[in-house]
This record gives sequence, C-alpha cells and structure tokens, in this order.
Amino acid sequence: MNSKNKVLGFVNKYTMVIVLILVLIFFSIQTGGAILLPSNVSNLISQNAYVFVLATGMLLCILTGGNIDLSVGSVVCFVGAVGAKLLDSAHMNPVLTVIIMFIIGTLIGAWQAFWIAHVRIPPFIVTLSGMLIFRGLSNVVLNGMTVSLQNYTGFVKTFGGGANCYVPDFFGDNSINITCILASVIAIAVYVFLTVNNRRKRVKKQYEVESFGPWVGKLIVISAVIAIFGFRLAQHKGIPNVLLIVIGVIIIYSYITSNTTTGRYFYAVGGNEKATKLSGINTNKVYFLAYTNMGLLSALAGMITIARMTSAQPTYGQNYEMDAIASCFIGGASAYGGIGTVPGVIIGAILMGVINLGMFSMGVDQNMQKVVKGLVLLAAVIFDVVSKRGGKLLAKNT
Amino acid sequence: MAKVLLEMKNITKTFPGVKALDNVNLQVEEGEIHALVGENGAGKSTLMNVLSGIYPYGTYEGQIFYDGEECHFTNTKDSERKGIVIIHQELALVPYMTIGENMFLGNEQGSRYKINWNETYGKGNEYLRIVGLSESSRTLIKDIGVGKQQLVEIAKALAKNAKLLILDEPTSSLNESESRHLLDLMLKFKKEGMTSIIISHKLNEVSYVADKITVIRDGSTIETLVKGVDDFSEPRIIKGMVGREISDRFPKRTSHIGEVCMEVKNWNAYHPLYSERKIVDNVSFNVRKGEVLGISGLMGAGRTELAMSLFGKAYGENISGTLIKDGKVLNLNSVMDAIKNKIAYVTEDRKGNGLILSNAIKTNTTLANLKGVSKRGIIDRDEEYHVAVEYKDKLRTKCPTVEQNVGNLSGGNQQKVLLAKWMFADPDILILDEPTRGIDVGAKYEIYCIINQLVSEGKSVIMISSEMPELLGMCDRIYVMSEGKFVGELSGEEATQEKIMSMIIKGNDEVNVVNEDSKVLEGVE
Repeated sequence: MNSKNKVLGFVNKYTMVIVLILVLIFFSIQTGGAILLPSNVSNLISQNAYVFVLATGMLLCILTGGNIDLSVGSVVCFVGAVGAKLLDSAHMNPVLTVIIMFIIGTLIGAWQAFWIAHVRIPPFIVTLSGMLIFRGLSNVVLNGMTVSLQNYTGFVKTFGGGANCYVPDFFGDNSINITCILASVIAIAVYVFLTVNNRRKRVKKQYEVESFGPWVGKLIVISAVIAIFGFRLAQHKGIPNVLLIVIGVIIIYSYITSNTTTGRYFYAVGGNEKATKLSGINTNKVYFLAYTNMGLLSALAGMITIARMTSAQPTYGQNYEMDAIASCFIGGASAYGGIGTVPGVIIGAILMGVINLGMFSMGVDQNMQKVVKGLVLLAAVIFDVVSKRGGKLLAKNT
Repeated sequence: MAKVLLEMKNITKTFPGVKALDNVNLQVEEGEIHALVGENGAGKSTLMNVLSGIYPYGTYEGQIFYDGEECHFTNTKDSERKGIVIIHQELALVPYMTIGENMFLGNEQGSRYKINWNETYGKGNEYLRIVGLSESSRTLIKDIGVGKQQLVEIAKALAKNAKLLILDEPTSSLNESESRHLLDLMLKFKKEGMTSIIISHKLNEVSYVADKITVIRDGSTIETLVKGVDDFSEPRIIKGMVGREISDRFPKRTSHIGEVCMEVKNWNAYHPLYSERKIVDNVSFNVRKGEVLGISGLMGAGRTELAMSLFGKAYGENISGTLIKDGKVLNLNSVMDAIKNKIAYVTEDRKGNGLILSNAIKTNTTLANLKGVSKRGIIDRDEEYHVAVEYKDKLRTKCPTVEQNVGNLSGGNQQKVLLAKWMFADPDILILDEPTRGIDVGAKYEIYCIINQLVSEGKSVIMISSEMPELLGMCDRIYVMSEGKFVGELSGEEATQEKIMSMIIKGNDEVNVVNEDSKVLEGVE
C-alpha cells in the first residue's frame, strides 16, 4: 500500500473523529476557548445524555435495514408524563415508578415491534402513527399542564444533569474533585490493561494484529482523551450522575453489538435478510427486538429528560428522534442497514452536541442554529460517502 | 477481406492496485460474430466497459477506432449514438413497466413534452416480431419469463439502431431451447449485416455461433482463433483460457456408497402466491451415504423449489409428503429445524440468498452455525477467526485476510465462502443448487474436488445443475425432473445427455403442460 492510500484509508476510518477535532478547534478559536471550559464540558454531557441513549437504540433499528423510529420523541414524553404523574399525584415510591416506566416503555416498543416484525407494516408508517398516538396521550395524561418534580430530589439526582446531580466527592470538598480524577485514572488503567491483554493473547495465538505504531498511537490518544476529559470534569463539580448511566448504556450495547450472537443478527439482517433467513435465523425476532429495545431506551431517556427539567410537559421530547437519527448517520451508520457501530454513533452524537454548544456560546440566532445543523448533517454524510468512493464527488451515472 | 469495424489498440486499464487490462488488442470485422472468452476476472467485461464508455476516455490508455475514426467516449450515450449497444448479464428491465416502455426507456418516442404512445407500442411490436416474440408490447415485463426478457433486451438494442451488439453472458439464465433460439437469432442478424460480440462461458455455444474467438487471460489477449482455420473444439479453447490443458475436467473419485440415509416420499408443494399451481408434484427419491446424487432438468422444472421445500419449508405452500432421515420421520417447519437435523441447502443465488456481501468472510463463514463459536450467546471472536482461517485454507479461498468483505471477492471465491459456511454447519446432507454457476473453469474444478472430499467423509451431496456434462462427470446417480415431476432415474454409468434430454421431452409430453408463458422462474422467495 502506498502512502497516499494509507492516508486515504486513515481518513476513511476516522472521518468523523477528524471532523470532530476540526469543529472543536474552530469553536475554541471563535469562543476564545470558552467551549472547553470545565462547566461547558460538564454541560455537554448533561444536556446530551438523552441523545446518547436514544442514538444507541436507534442504531439497532437502522442496522436492520435503514429503518428508523419516528415515535421516539413522543414515547419519551409519554413515559415521562406517566412517571411524573405517578410520583406527583399518586405519590408512588420512586423505585417502583422507575420500574413501571421501564415496563411501559418496553410495552410501547413491543406494540410497535409487533406490527413491524410480525405483520410487516413498514416501520416508517408504524412509528409515524406512534408519534401521533403518544404525543396525544401525553397531553391527555398531563391535561395539557406542567407537573413539577421539585420535591423529588432522589429521582432528579439519580437521572438528572441539573445543578446538584453529581457523584459526591469522597475526599472532601476540594477545588478539584479527587473522586473524578481517581475514576479517570482507573478507567485508563482498565482500558490499557484490556487492550494490551487482548493484543498479547492474539499474538500468542498467532492471529493477525494491528501494526505496532498505530496501535500504540491509538492507545495513547484515547487514554489522553479520557485523562483530559476527566480533569475537566474534576475542575467543575465532578462526575455527573447521568454520565454513569450513559457509560453503562454505551458499554452494554457496544458489547451486545460486537460480541453476542444476537448483536450479530442485527448486522446480518441489514446486510442481506434473505440470506439470514436461509441461515436458520428468525429475522422477525430481530426486528421485534430492535423496536422493543427502542421503547426500553426511550423510557430511560424519558427519565433523564424529566429529571433534567425537574418537570414534565406535553411538549417535551420534540425532535428527539431527529437528534438520534442524525447522530447515527453522522456517526457512520449506513442508510441501507448492516453497517454502523455504537462508538461511531456516540462520536456522531458528541459532534452534534459540540456544534449546539459552540453556536450557543457564540450567540448564534436560534433559527440560524437549525440551518447550520442541517447543513452539517448533510456535509458530514457527503464527506463520508465521497471519501468512501475514493474522493470522487459525483456518483457514476451508469 | 471485410472492413474492420472496430479496433481496440493497446488498451490498458488500471484499478487501484490491479492492472485489469494490459495492452489488449481486439479487431472486429464488419458482419462477424466475435466471441470473447476467458476465465472470470480475466478482463472481458472490463474491456467491454471501456468500449461502451462506462469507463470514460482518459481513465484508460490506448486507442479505440470505430468505423474508421478514433473515438473518445465519455459515457454510454456517446457509444450508443455510434450504434454500439451493450446488453449486460444482469437484465436491466423495470418489472412493472410494459415491454414498450422498457424498450424506449431513455430513448422515448415523441417529443420531450409528450410521449407518443402509439409510436412506442407500434414500433415496439415491430421489434418484438423481429426477435421472434409474439407478445404485445403492452405486456408487463414481470409477466414474461427470463428467456423472453432477454429477447426484449435485444429488441431494445435494435430500437437504438445498434450496429455493433455486445452480449455479456446472454444465455446464463436461459434453458437449452431458449439459448438455442437466441443464438440462432444472432446468426440471423449476422446475415442481415449486424456485427456482434458475445462474451460467454458456455464454450459449445461459442463454437456454434462465433466466426472468431479471442481468448483473454489475466488481462492480456492470448490469441484469436478463426473458424475454419483453427481448431474450435472445447479442449482447445480451454487450453487457451487456462494456459494448460485440462485433460480431466472432473476429478476422479472412488465411491464408497453406504445405506440409504434420506428418503423422500410423495412430496408435493404449491406456489406461494398462486396456490392452485403445483410446483413439486408427487416426488419420491432417496439418497445414500457417500453418494453424489444429481437432479437434472430444465430451468423452471421445480428443482430449486423441491430443494427449498425440503429445507424447512423455505419455499411453497401446502407442502405434503414424508421425509425420512436415518430411519426417523422428520417434520421440519423451519430452516432452523433443517439445520438442526443436519440438512443444508446451498443456494444457487449466492449474492441474493447466500452471502452478506457487506460483511467479512469471517462473519459469513459462521452465520449458519454461530452456536459453534459461541457460548451462552457470547461469540468467541478468536475462535471465530480461527474457524474462518481453517476453512479458507481447506477450500483454498483466495483472499488477503478473512476480515475482507465478501463483496470484494470473485465469483469462485464467493462460492467457496458459501460452501465453507454450510460445511461449518456440519450437515450430513448437502443440497448444492447450481454450485458452479458463473464461475470459471479452474474454480469449478476446485469445487468438484471439495464435493469429492465431502462424500469421502461419508456425507451425501445432492447436486442440482443445469450443466449436463457436470452432472454426468460428477454424479453416482441422476434423477431427471420435468414440470415438477421426477420422470426418470439413471445410474452414473448409463447416463448420457441424449438419454436425459429424451426423458425430459417424454416427460413433458406425458404431463402435457407446455405452458411456458405462465412459468415464473423467479417465483422462489
């Protein structure tokens, strides 16, 4: 492989990471470094927690063949509304409320999944109807009013990203959060250990391994990112509680998609459904799982949303599905299904978050923000597609 | 000597990392049928794509002279304006449009703002008569069989005023009589002054129809054989294609045939959409251990449908009959059941129904038996890699690593990955549906060796094939299928092409259903 191909290969593989870095540099210059202030880094997580969660679920739907779930925002709102009502009007135990919210979300997911998987109604139609149904029902449940959750600090603290929703510092009140520093050190140690161990195992069994230089480079860069990120959080108030939830979701779903047979089936169905069927795999079940799971994660996002807002309103969750879908496609998921990874989608979500935050810090007009976001989505995907085509802008007309 | 219509001089075309064509020369005289032969990946299609402008001027080196002048085609419109029309292997017709609409697609009759439908269908009918079709041009494409669709493609080319017709594997999905009709049509056009280039793997057809044969191997022209001057026999052509003489196109094996291991009795299956149409009609047969069993028949005889209905009812409605394996009556209701009971079906359509082209060789290899590399739903990825490498070595699949996407492999290597996938599922009985379709001579030989290896391990292979020499060369026993019924059984020694053909024809007469129009060959889901 010559050096030009090598560079092209590298750019292809890490397109969105490179774009993310460029965008970060751009906003750092424009805002005089404000975007990288500790409080902003912390906010980035809290504000976008729901996107990370929903985009992960959306990835599974998209993997099955570019199918999307349009009902996500409405389901988030509905589950949140029911939860808020249960806490506020029925004075239900918060733990029980959380369980019920999860059950409701999963049932909604299963309801839509049934029509999609077993009756084979196109997902676009089923979830469009879900979007209307659950938006309407949210209004019914809330009577069009706002329910405040000011008094439910336990619930809000666990799921929220508000003022006091941080993991407490076990080492007293310092200007720098020691727990957070410690946690990032441990995270780096675990990451390095797992990566090195895996490589050693592969070398021992004489399997193919990445060449040493890039491998070490990647290891150092990722460790450095964790370190800087952890330090920034430590300078603010420490680890937001919601970050733990997000990390949990990322780890679980990364593992499922890359290491389990079930995860493999999502890629197989999206890659070639007929071949998958003829390999003895129940493809209906795969669709069913994807959309049921989307309901489950919508419920989680619902909790995060009402906790951050410390209230429930019938308008919450609007356009959340679009944030999730955009993150997936920016993060390299194929619109035809079968291609995409959880880490990729998370990069996509972070990119969207950074752009939001950056423009907010620059004081860009709300409406122009939307225009810019739309253009970025288009540009990102164009860049991805074109670089995969070897640099040619126009597709061949043959 | 006739006038040279087309001359391609020193054509060199490079793809990143590969030289697909290396100083290729081709000379075609006016009014001749010129055949291009070569193994898969030899560069035949690339050469034709250069000629038709799919690879525009500037992306290749060398010169093209057509009708006395040098041409710089930048797209297919340019070459079509000159009368060079290419008909690709995959038919490019829109199923829900009429024949007429398809024929003039991109070349609409009338003005830009108003299509002249009378002209479209009137002219359409004229061209259909020329290619020997009696259909109305208002018939929908989906309602005619593949053979007729191929003829519509030719009519479409004629409608573009083709002077040089290029046919890429025109008979690959046609049965024998349809192929013969198409070849005769080419000869008829030749008499009327048309020049054609035909690309084909079927050497008997090539020697039947061609005036000259140019052999391409590994991106270079090897030789051009001229009818009446050179030897046009198959062994001679094959020698040019592979660079060596294949004295034995089929590897020898000593059969060790055991007792009956699977028996099918009175098997029936109906079409999934037209439930009154019987596709598999009261079929009974048996397979022995260590046996290669052939099923012969024309396309549309119901062979694929029979195999898929046996394979966990993957095809058909109202399936009835008894399936006995190793003395036990099986009731297989899903593909999963079939795999569990050690029956495997290797599809004829490896791209559509067999492989996930966007996935790695590794993932494709284990797809039908993920349990074999996982514990409690967790995949052991090292083990998976190990398995993939093992099968890659065993089947001698040519690929840099097993992490490579299957879509980037050649047809023969894709077929090997597909075989690896089903071998890893460890079946007792493998049903191979057209296992060598569209792959080159060398790779075919390797597939035959794999089949021999399988039966020597005590497995049974049921081989469905449209290529009779292949069945005659490989099988211990051959069943002949026609119109959904089994019409005969022949042992490997007594079978000849003539005997099989006469059985099929006799079977047709007995059944007396000669309704080819209603045969929807692609009815398999």
